[in-house]
Amino acid sequence: MERVLVKKRPYKKFFVFGILSTTLYYLLITHQELVKELCSKGKWYALFPIITAFVFSYVHGNFTDAFWSVLGIEPKKKRKEVK
Amino acid sequence: MVGEVLTQTHFVDLGIIQILYLIFVGFVGGLVSGFIGSGGAFVLTPSMMSVGVPGLVAVASNMCHKFPKALVGAIKRAKFGQVDVRLGLIMGASAEAGVMVGAHIQEYIKRMWGDAGSSLYVSLAFVVVLSIVGTYVLLDAFKSKNLSEEIADKPDNKIIRFIHSLRIPGTMVYFPSIGKEISILVTIPLGFATGMLAATIAVGGFIGVPSMMYILGAPALKASATELVIAFVMGAGGSFKYAWSGFVDIRLAMFILLGSLFGVQLGAIGTTYVKDYMIKIVMGTIMLIVLASRGLMIPVYLHQLNVWVHLTPEMIKWLKGLSFAVNFTALLVGCFIVLGALIKGIKEERAYLRKEALRIAEEKALERF
Repeated sequence: MERVLVKKRPYKKFFVFGILSTTLYYLLITHQELVKELCSKGKWYALFPIITAFVFSYVHGNFTDAFWSVLGIEPKKKRKEVK
Repeated sequence: MVGEVLTQTHFVDLGIIQILYLIFVGFVGGLVSGFIGSGGAFVLTPSMMSVGVPGLVAVASNMCHKFPKALVGAIKRAKFGQVDVRLGLIMGASAEAGVMVGAHIQEYIKRMWGDAGSSLYVSLAFVVVLSIVGTYVLLDAFKSKNLSEEIADKPDNKIIRFIHSLRIPGTMVYFPSIGKEISILVTIPLGFATGMLAATIAVGGFIGVPSMMYILGAPALKASATELVIAFVMGAGGSFKYAWSGFVDIRLAMFILLGSLFGVQLGAIGTTYVKDYMIKIVMGTIMLIVLASRGLMIPVYLHQLNVWVHLTPEMIKWLKGLSFAVNFTALLVGCFIVLGALIKGIKEERAYLRKEALRIAEEKALERF
């Protein structure tokens, strides 16, 4: 009775990307000195921060997308005005 | 060993408190960014600077966290038909040139006047841009509050009419989002300025979006979606340029991203529950508070550079504390307004759905009789 339409919640995506994202951040926190060194080297090492940014965005982006859906927070559905 | 330490001096040490702060700032910045369509970095860059990150590293790291996000956003909104790829690529290419020039200026300032000079330059750019754009956005918000959504979404002024009537043979390109042919001699300087600003404060959208709306005449929704293409093109190039010189601290970028992606999604959901002018009010209010925060730091940087101002250590401490507090207020104000609108909207939506469910159930019950 609470909802007219019950949408299937993306639990699988939530768990898979959640674990991947946690692993990535764990590695980042525990290897800070190495990351700092690689970032400050410059030249072709520039690819390191760029690729890292892409990988984190993809994994964490998918996780956060599923996160709000799992919590049931969704955009407002557009309704046609009925006169 | 000494060389290693020297090359890393512009990267701050991050303890658990700083990491949590960056994640929180990222969340609120993302929330605001998702809500107002662009920007967000105007909260993030100063916030990074307030934990001691030099201006140039803050801008470079911020840019690097933004461009993959812009690509994801652009692909998503292209599916809704909101992206003008042609306009985005043309503006993006000229923005790229702007980024290169802007980044050179930044690096030159850092070389000549060090971190204090770089922070002063970034703060001054913030004060100038935020005061102009913030005031304009707020005025526009109050004006469009009284207009119907359809009229408010179609900008029209003397400049737009002039640009649309301008015919320069050999330079005319048709842009689907505007529905008219426009000379690329008009779009090139706009793109260039967007890129220059992006390399200076990491938010090019403050010029990109308003110029597409109020100069080229693109609808707000399409302008903010097309801005994502520009942000990606120039962000990728700009980040690579800064990373090539070793200025991108990917730890900062990724901790901001951790909170920011949660915020962006929630902020974007929030926009579906509020009216257009509300978004502009939030944007303008936060811009002006951040402006005050950056303004307070200018005497401190001038003191560090030994120019005009000489402050006592207590005054420096006091100004830094106040600037941090004001910046924090901006974050909280943004957070409360967006979350408030979201909670209210969701409650109303659920009440509506319950009512609908009851109505359908009643209708079915009546049909049975």
